[in-house]
Amino acid sequence: MAHADTTPVLELTGIGKEFGAIRALHDVDLHVMPGEVVGLMGDNGAGKSTLVKIIAGNFRPSHGEIRFGGSAVHFSRPVDARAVGIEVVYQDLALADNLTAAANVFLGRELKRKFGPVALLDHKAMAARALELFGELRSETRPDDLVKQMSGGQRQAVAIARTRLSNARLVMMDEPTAAISVRQVEQVLGLIHRLKEQGVAVMLISHRMPDVFAVCDRVIVMRRGEKRADKPIHETSPEEVTALITGAKEAA
Amino acid sequence: MAMPMESPISFTNVGRIKWWQRGIFASQTGYVLLALAVLLVIMHFASPYFFTEGNMQNVAKNFSFIAIATLGVTFVIITGGIDLSVGSMMCFSAMITSMVMTELSAPGSPAGALFVHMAADGKTVLANVPGLILLVSVIAGLGVALIAGLVNGFCIAVLGLSPFVTTLGMLSIVRGLGYVVSNGRGSFPGGPDADYFYAATSGDVLGVPVPFIYLMILALTMAVVLHHTSFGRHVFALGGNEKAAELTGIPVVRVKIEVYVICALAAGLQGIIISGWLGSAPANMATSYELNVIAAAVIGGANLAGGIGGPLGAIVGCVLLEVIRNGLVLAQVSSYWQQTLVGVIIILAVLVDRIRSRMT
Repeated sequence: MAHADTTPVLELTGIGKEFGAIRALHDVDLHVMPGEVVGLMGDNGAGKSTLVKIIAGNFRPSHGEIRFGGSAVHFSRPVDARAVGIEVVYQDLALADNLTAAANVFLGRELKRKFGPVALLDHKAMAARALELFGELRSETRPDDLVKQMSGGQRQAVAIARTRLSNARLVMMDEPTAAISVRQVEQVLGLIHRLKEQGVAVMLISHRMPDVFAVCDRVIVMRRGEKRADKPIHETSPEEVTALITGAKEAA
Repeated sequence: MAMPMESPISFTNVGRIKWWQRGIFASQTGYVLLALAVLLVIMHFASPYFFTEGNMQNVAKNFSFIAIATLGVTFVIITGGIDLSVGSMMCFSAMITSMVMTELSAPGSPAGALFVHMAADGKTVLANVPGLILLVSVIAGLGVALIAGLVNGFCIAVLGLSPFVTTLGMLSIVRGLGYVVSNGRGSFPGGPDADYFYAATSGDVLGVPVPFIYLMILALTMAVVLHHTSFGRHVFALGGNEKAAELTGIPVVRVKIEVYVICALAAGLQGIIISGWLGSAPANMATSYELNVIAAAVIGGANLAGGIGGPLGAIVGCVLLEVIRNGLVLAQVSSYWQQTLVGVIIILAVLVDRIRSRMT
């Protein structure tokens, strides 16, 4: 186990991506340790989302290598990334409003019970497991409530509970605090702490400086498709990060 | 209702939604069901004939004639799609079924030789099991529906065409094919199995019309499929948020094709049943029935935007339409008013639901 703690859960070396003549990413190296929360920052068009999509298996990198848990991986579809333990919480959360919280948590991997030749949904087991997950996340969310009636924080909890279901080792969160209230931001940051406690690595993609400084151990700044900085959070400041994002400071 | 398991969370800030604000009570289906109950009471006082056994059988039979197709189209509507080809599909399946039946029952024809032969006294005699011709012809009728459903599903799910346009095209294609194969003439179920055919489509069991029994079986099956299988859950997820469904790894293309196939099969079965009642499958049969079917689904609470709907709503919508039609006849109101009233009810049902969701 001591060995596992020194192996990065995710390691990228020399990742590059071209779309035709456009160079979206160039020679990006980065690593994420188990239980570490890494902030990924950068202006629009800096290459953040391309990088996230490569890690999530939406795109294949043009150059470079992805290692997950020490071994090289090649994803051709998002399902492949999920299979090794990478989960993404999308900005719009990808929830079906007309279904219950439990149904959303288990969407696409429902628990079933066999009755002869037919497999029917095991509603009770799914509700119980979902309630357990909401408990771990300390979110007051009822498994049988409809998602459309929920607050922003509860919806985040549902989206994050989904990642806990598969015992993901890396959770990437795309702008989780972009469109919710102050109190709900607190809840979401709390959820990130819960994930960290359980040894899950988190990559937080965010524009909101205070959130990144509140939860992250390390911050990575992207600009014009390149990694410009990779610093422990206590060695930097919001001012420096802003300068790095805008280009006032070239690299750190 | 108590939590079935020990709750690890205390719900201090999040209250439980009241029972009358969830499930069926908070759905359009619930309101329309209530309206239907009120209407039935009014009908009872307005006409002494309404609740007679004969009239009830009549009502049950008549709404069963569109309700099976409504179940099918409800699947499609829940995914956020639409199928306009159901009326044509009913006609085409019915036509193929009766044409195949006639063909197989003709002793001289190449296909018929397998099933019947001419006896010495000139009568047609079955070569094998009774009912086999019926079975084969119904399978042929449903087979063409299956193909049309697959084409619909392929165009919509794989090629990404709009459901409205695709099924509008299919409406015309299938109707046209019906005219082509029949040369514009109707076809009649015939041969030694025709009696079985009539018994299986327009007969009754212990006073209950057969179509009504089919409807109940299919509706119960649909309820189980929608709420207790992962396919049903995926159908709802697709209507609620198609992108989310895709991201969570649901086989979106397969589910979409499946709902259009289910819809086409339901329409085909419905057509075959109607032809049994009519005693023929005319080339203009079930023209514009797609509008009645979709109207019934929408009145019963299926949301054209997707994500909401179910078998109870489909049936309630059909019953409401039929009771109004029946009521207007009993009240000796001109039947031309029926269509106008149906339109008013569609708008009212959706309006009431909109007002209710604004209030909460």
